Amino acid sequence: MAKNAIPERYDVIVVGGGHAGCEAAAAAARVGARTALVSMRKDMIGAMSCNPAIGGLGKGHLVREVDAFDGLIGRASDAAAIHYRMLNRSKGAAVRGPRIQADRKLYRAAIHEMLNETPLLDIVEAEATALDLAENGRTVRGLVVDGHQTLAGTSVILATGTFLGAKLHFGLENEAGGRVGERAATALAEQLYAAKLPMARLKTGTPPRLDGRTIDWAALDVQPSDEDGWTMALRTEERRNPALFCAITRTNRRTHDIIRNALDRSPLFSGEIQGEGPRYCPSIEDKIHRFGDRDGHQIFLEPEGLDDPAVYPNGISTSLPADVQRDFLRTIAGLEKVEIAQLGYAVEYDHVDPRILGHDLGVRSMPGLYLAGQINGTTGYEEAAAQGLVAGINAARFARGESVATFDRETSYIGVMIDDLVLQGVTEPYRMLTARAEYRLRLRADNAATRLSEKALTWNCLGDAHKAVIARRNTQLHDVRVAMEQSVTAAQAEDAGIAVGQHRETRSLADWLTLPGANVVGIKALAPGCAAHDDDVVSEVIEDIRYAPYLERQAAEVARLGTDENIRIPQGLRYRDIAGLSNEMVERLEMARPSTLAEAVRIRGITPAALAAILVHTRQRAA
Amino acid sequence: MAVAGDDSATIFALSTAGLPSAIAVIRVSGPKSGPALETLSGRLPEPRRASLTLLRDPADGEPIDRGLVLWFPGPDSATGEDLAEFHVHGSKAVAAKLLNVLGNMPGLRVAEAGEFTRRAFLNQRMDLSAVEGLGDLLAAETESQRRQALAMAEGGLARHIAAWREALLMAEARLEAVLNFSDEGDVEEGDERFALEQAQSVHNEILELLERPPAERIRDGVRVALAGPPNAGKSTLFNALIAREAAIVSATAGTTRDVIEAPVEIDGIAFLFSDTAGLRDSGDAIEDEGVKRAISTSEQADIILWLGDAGEAPSQGNVLKLHPRVDEQGRSESSDPGIITISAKTGEGMDQLRSELLQRARALLPQQGQIALYQRQRQALREAAGLLATAAPGDWVVLVETLRQARAVLDRLTGRGGVEDMLDALFGRFCIGK
Repeated sequence: MAKNAIPERYDVIVVGGGHAGCEAAAAAARVGARTALVSMRKDMIGAMSCNPAIGGLGKGHLVREVDAFDGLIGRASDAAAIHYRMLNRSKGAAVRGPRIQADRKLYRAAIHEMLNETPLLDIVEAEATALDLAENGRTVRGLVVDGHQTLAGTSVILATGTFLGAKLHFGLENEAGGRVGERAATALAEQLYAAKLPMARLKTGTPPRLDGRTIDWAALDVQPSDEDGWTMALRTEERRNPALFCAITRTNRRTHDIIRNALDRSPLFSGEIQGEGPRYCPSIEDKIHRFGDRDGHQIFLEPEGLDDPAVYPNGISTSLPADVQRDFLRTIAGLEKVEIAQLGYAVEYDHVDPRILGHDLGVRSMPGLYLAGQINGTTGYEEAAAQGLVAGINAARFARGESVATFDRETSYIGVMIDDLVLQGVTEPYRMLTARAEYRLRLRADNAATRLSEKALTWNCLGDAHKAVIARRNTQLHDVRVAMEQSVTAAQAEDAGIAVGQHRETRSLADWLTLPGANVVGIKALAPGCAAHDDDVVSEVIEDIRYAPYLERQAAEVARLGTDENIRIPQGLRYRDIAGLSNEMVERLEMARPSTLAEAVRIRGITPAALAAILVHTRQRAA
Repeated sequence: MAVAGDDSATIFALSTAGLPSAIAVIRVSGPKSGPALETLSGRLPEPRRASLTLLRDPADGEPIDRGLVLWFPGPDSATGEDLAEFHVHGSKAVAAKLLNVLGNMPGLRVAEAGEFTRRAFLNQRMDLSAVEGLGDLLAAETESQRRQALAMAEGGLARHIAAWREALLMAEARLEAVLNFSDEGDVEEGDERFALEQAQSVHNEILELLERPPAERIRDGVRVALAGPPNAGKSTLFNALIAREAAIVSATAGTTRDVIEAPVEIDGIAFLFSDTAGLRDSGDAIEDEGVKRAISTSEQADIILWLGDAGEAPSQGNVLKLHPRVDEQGRSESSDPGIITISAKTGEGMDQLRSELLQRARALLPQQGQIALYQRQRQALREAAGLLATAAPGDWVVLVETLRQARAVLDRLTGRGGVEDMLDALFGRFCIGK
């Protein structure tokens, strides 16, 4: 991070120091763009505003994919991790979700350190007041900070999180602001509203933080950290921090009674909050209101740091008043004497309808302007970081006049998310789910580097250290795949733990692996070619072999969809002129502007009849 | 002049085939239907009510014909557009005149093949399987095909598919809940067995549908009624016909003692023979009822074997006249070459009768490949069943993906899936957009 005077012009200016902004700035600088990261408070860069956990189902995939581009989030996670847990371990490799619990301070420190080491990146502590636009009022040419100073820049990335028109709710009291104790960036918001970008309101909530010293841990079930030494980032050699445990407790009827009696004091039910919240991660008020018949809801008690007594009770986000929060918490096993370190609250905020964006996350009507993170209606660190990566790479490429770098659904969860956002828009805070990825059998968290490294290399995203790791890994992958061809007798296979059943013949190791029971240790003992190689490489190849028959089956489906990908829809197509399209269809299509028939297929609510009409129309035009 | 292929044009066509006929129906669909109807009949009739009107040529006011007109304002019409129908006398001159007058109106043009159906599809008045069923209906030449086609047009297959989709979706949802939210607690451990049971039951139902013979005649047999006056030798012939064949399943009495039915297979084709009561006026209430049923059976039959005097034979085209009991004293061969002379006792003429029956039956049955389910539909159903057969416990992702793929295959049938598939089917069958 240079401390020099501000240069005459930046290639890329990033507004916001959260997960999207940091990742965007680092990515832009990594691919060679002169980059500025503008944040109101330098010390808050890389802060974890919500749950100090990273990864999880679907989200773990995103972390590994960003890491495959030499991003920050995976490495910062390992630097800060105090608890590792692989979710869905028994449900199949394709949906396993690596998740860690982070020490907040260590996480922020790791992000600062990595940004400091990034060449071509300046950090500017200032308030972003306005975009500097060309005379046409559309083309971006820089950013005005603190109301008077203009930073010249070819691309600007807004990664402003919930700072747009944000309102905090504590019970029925509310105030303008983003996170607790920070100013909200309302001036820039005014300009975005004036530019008539379509916006909508969402809400998100957080639970109260508990003082861990007042929790009766001995009374609770404990969930220890995973012991096998997996890590989030490819470059992490080993785990760094001591492991803490999490604990599990539950709400009960008494808890529910207290909450039910106080619903009229919740902004969610008094009509104070109008924004749409997520269906999948509702506040405890919502849970009790909607699933009233259930006698309890699970709560994970997650430590926030090694030398931090704060505990995050995952599962009870709330915006009830202070006294209700304390009263209901104390009905819960283990929390009978708990003290609240910081109250839970709800945030309402505006987001831009992401259907105005291209697959590069650039605003179609404002060349040079990019949006990443919660501003696009997503939720979660991982979703934000992944968008930051996409926007950072593309903003840099735009500044240099290079073509768009596209992530597709077939090769990454990042591609799935971007495609969903720009085609479907959002109706609730968007969160990554494995169910969103139609090709998830091939999109595993463990093969992210194999899937994406070539792309990362082509786009020049990788530092030397990362390249070295990839090269070594590729050699190992090659060796292990060769080793899989060796002949193995039934007896040997049985010794390695494979359920050989009736088989008595000698087969290749790969053939044996189609039967259940194989594990990394057994295979390494059996195949000398694998013995010296990393467990995760061996395991990746094993899973490749196991999933191969299913992938083959899916290949036909992919090919079929590929045909639709090749049918282009002209950008200027006037949907209103197509007979047979209802107004609703026309609206959705004009908003998302699909560029191929396959994209149109994916737009929510577009009927087959509408697709047929579009295809017929485009064929007629072509004829 | 409206351009061919232009979806905004108003289109018209003669909707009934084969002039001259009793009635000719001319359909007009599109925004100009109302004005066209008003111009010809002088006023716009009440919607969805048939009204008798004198149709006049707007050029000279000369009457064209007196007929029924119907007015269906969109979107509640067969095509989803404004739609008018003219039911006029089925003479070539009247139809030609009316079509000519319509063709001279601005914004109207002759419809292309399948264009009414295409508009119905574009306006979401029917889904793909309904469209295909309608295609069948238009092309149907036999009664059983007609009924099959009608069921399909009414969404018979679509209803099946909707139920299967729902079952698979339920199973998927329960697996997905665990796969996606197990980190937050509060999800019920999804039921793997439930998913496997759903897969199994959808699989079985698809196979059942696939195995069902593709048309009613194939399933139930070509219906052959033996008719004639009492003591014409019907029962003897009936017994001979069913006794000669090894493939008799059973001979069951009908709902009354007077109609006896027996399924028989001849040369791979199923027949259902009915022995009916002799036709006469008896004055006996029970026998009269039997006669009534005999007549009804004959009316429903595909082929009637008439054993009475040739001059008294029913006049329908499906009557096969026989000259039975040729072995009896004083009954010589019939001189009429259209009448088959037989003896159920000696077997004389029986081979000729069977071969005549086979020939007529083959003409009644759907042609090879032109079956109740299209090849495309059978193939997709087989593919879906094949996928579901692989559903297995263990890796939940693979399980849920298997269900999803099967569902995607079903979606292709109703046009919810791959667009190209759907359009291939559409373009291929209805020649739209070409």
